[in-house]
Amino acid sequence: METEAVSLNGEVCVEVSNLWKIFGQDAQQVLHSEKRFASKEDILEETGCVVAVRDISFEVHRGELFVIMGLSGSGKSTLIRCILRLIEPTAGKILINGSDVCSYGESLLMDLRRHTTSMVFQHFGLFPHRSVIDNVAYGLKVRGVAKEERYAKARELIAKVGLRGWEGYLPGALSGGMQQRVGIARALATDPDILLMDEPFSGLDPLIRRQMQDELLDIQAEVHKTILFVTHDLHEALKLGNRIAIMRDGEIIQTGTPEDVVTTPTDAYVREFVQDASPAKVLTCKTIMEQPNVLLYSWQGPKAALHILETSNLDNAFVVTRAGRLLGLVTVERLVELIRSKGNSLREALEPDLLTCTADEVMEELFPLAASTRYPIAVVDDKGKFMGEIHTSTILGSMIQEKVEETQTETELKVNV
Amino acid sequence: MFEFPELLQVPLAQWIDTAMSWVLTNWGAAFDAVGNAILLGLLNIERFLLWLPWTVVVVLVAITAWRVMRLWWAGPLMAGLMVLIGSFGYWDLAMMTLAIIVASVIISLALGIPTGIIMARSNAVESGLKPLLDGMQTMPSFVYLIPALMLFGLGKVPAVFATVIYAVPPIIRLTNVGIRQVPHSVVEAAQAFGSSSRQILFEVQLPLAIPSIMVGINQTTMMALAMVVIASMIGAKGLGMEVLLAINRIQIGRGFEAGLCIVLLAIIIDRITHALTARQEYTVTS
Repeated sequence: METEAVSLNGEVCVEVSNLWKIFGQDAQQVLHSEKRFASKEDILEETGCVVAVRDISFEVHRGELFVIMGLSGSGKSTLIRCILRLIEPTAGKILINGSDVCSYGESLLMDLRRHTTSMVFQHFGLFPHRSVIDNVAYGLKVRGVAKEERYAKARELIAKVGLRGWEGYLPGALSGGMQQRVGIARALATDPDILLMDEPFSGLDPLIRRQMQDELLDIQAEVHKTILFVTHDLHEALKLGNRIAIMRDGEIIQTGTPEDVVTTPTDAYVREFVQDASPAKVLTCKTIMEQPNVLLYSWQGPKAALHILETSNLDNAFVVTRAGRLLGLVTVERLVELIRSKGNSLREALEPDLLTCTADEVMEELFPLAASTRYPIAVVDDKGKFMGEIHTSTILGSMIQEKVEETQTETELKVNV
Repeated sequence: MFEFPELLQVPLAQWIDTAMSWVLTNWGAAFDAVGNAILLGLLNIERFLLWLPWTVVVVLVAITAWRVMRLWWAGPLMAGLMVLIGSFGYWDLAMMTLAIIVASVIISLALGIPTGIIMARSNAVESGLKPLLDGMQTMPSFVYLIPALMLFGLGKVPAVFATVIYAVPPIIRLTNVGIRQVPHSVVEAAQAFGSSSRQILFEVQLPLAIPSIMVGINQTTMMALAMVVIASMIGAKGLGMEVLLAINRIQIGRGFEAGLCIVLLAIIIDRITHALTARQEYTVTS
């Protein structure tokens, strides 16, 4: 899958190692004593220092959408600010494109923020006294780009986020969702390598949030930025992330693909987190599909096909062309009929309604399909090439499991009441 | 037992006298130079205001009031008040008073806004300046006349000096507050895009502090007006001096007329600068 290719083979773009952020006057003292391994509460009580980020290390690869997820107070916003040194880290190393950001002086740091990175904020952080176009062009203005050039670029991005016609308005006149579009356009206007997004959609209502997530994915498919995305919403993390890092009390307790996180949570905390995320929402067709025991080819004769099916004890199979393109599904009954009517091409015996899905569809989307057929569903790529099959029993099985879980929680609720 | 012991008495007055005379002997030339510069500016402003035909001033006031207050009747009303000042026979004196106010406000802003900016950027400066500003505002305004008198003698220059000292705290305070109340999220966004601290100040903080700074300008102007009247005691010619003379000679009518002119001038200046304040509002989403 594409995401894996990105995360495993891509060049490292951001590398954070042993990063600490301790707030308080005695930060250095805490850092250099054994106390630093004590719990957050103990350290606070004893020294008055707050450990926000504790010995964090991770790598983000070029083109990857890396999600940092945790509840509020887990240190995720502090972490993302440390990367740009909006908050000065207490200790640790941050490499961006191989260069150590912590060693930067004022001007190098300004250069980094002007040319390499951009940020989108939870509370938008728009300039209320500037029009939408001036907001979007701000990064370029700071860089010293001439007015015409930066306006041209800003207009292009305003159109990209679907706000054409709003250039002259002040941000205060826009709804929350529109303001965050301005925020995203502003971040993209400088054409940064790395995009840092700090809970960008948390302030929006669920409907708009989902829409913005889809749009972000669309934009990402087009621009291929390296994105660090902070969120407290597991569903958002699972939907957007190529990889997810889960934070608790300033530490990363698990890093992995969305499927890893859901299927093999490392400890109770993660398990609790992912409990309400049903596998059906995460598992893609790619993971649940199987390779069929038998695949028929379009040039095979009906008698041969029937023989193959009967000997392998099956009553249906998919038919593909020489190039591997999926033609359809034949069943034993149809083959028998075809032989009786003296037909000689499998194409004449295909089932009329063929059900297919693509590899990155999530299982949930197959529920209605599975309920309407007794044959397996074919997985095809975007060129129609056959990749595998999914048995309805697999899908129905997980549906039943879902139902059971739902009723369980319902009963639990009732008991609690 | 009932007398305060002599032992505990502090000769503060004496110390200050000594300090003052030291300053005068060593820095006299510097104060003369500053005084001359202030005088030159002030005289030019005064000459200009007196040179302007009264009709032009009235029309200018009317247009400004109408444009700034955005009310059709504001223009004629403010112009009417100006005409009233003239019809009491105090046009020239009102212009002299106005000249001192204008000069004092210009100097106050030139000193106050940068000080406010420095104060906003450093907590140490803020905690140092705050009690000083509080003190300056609580001090009876008369007191400022004494150092002004000693440093610059009698006349208009000490009047401007005392007025500036009295009127500068609000603009410092409100510039500071205005910059400090700019939402952190907005400043942080500016930082994240690589703004220099200069860019943050001029592109983000000052523009967003303008509503607050405008309130400061309004307050500073009104305080300058109040002080100019008192400064007549050290020889600043103007409406205040008329009131002072009327008190000395117990001429109730004359005092009332001159006092009324001060009120009219105050209303005109206040309404116009106040309307400037109200115009600058942004919705800041938090």
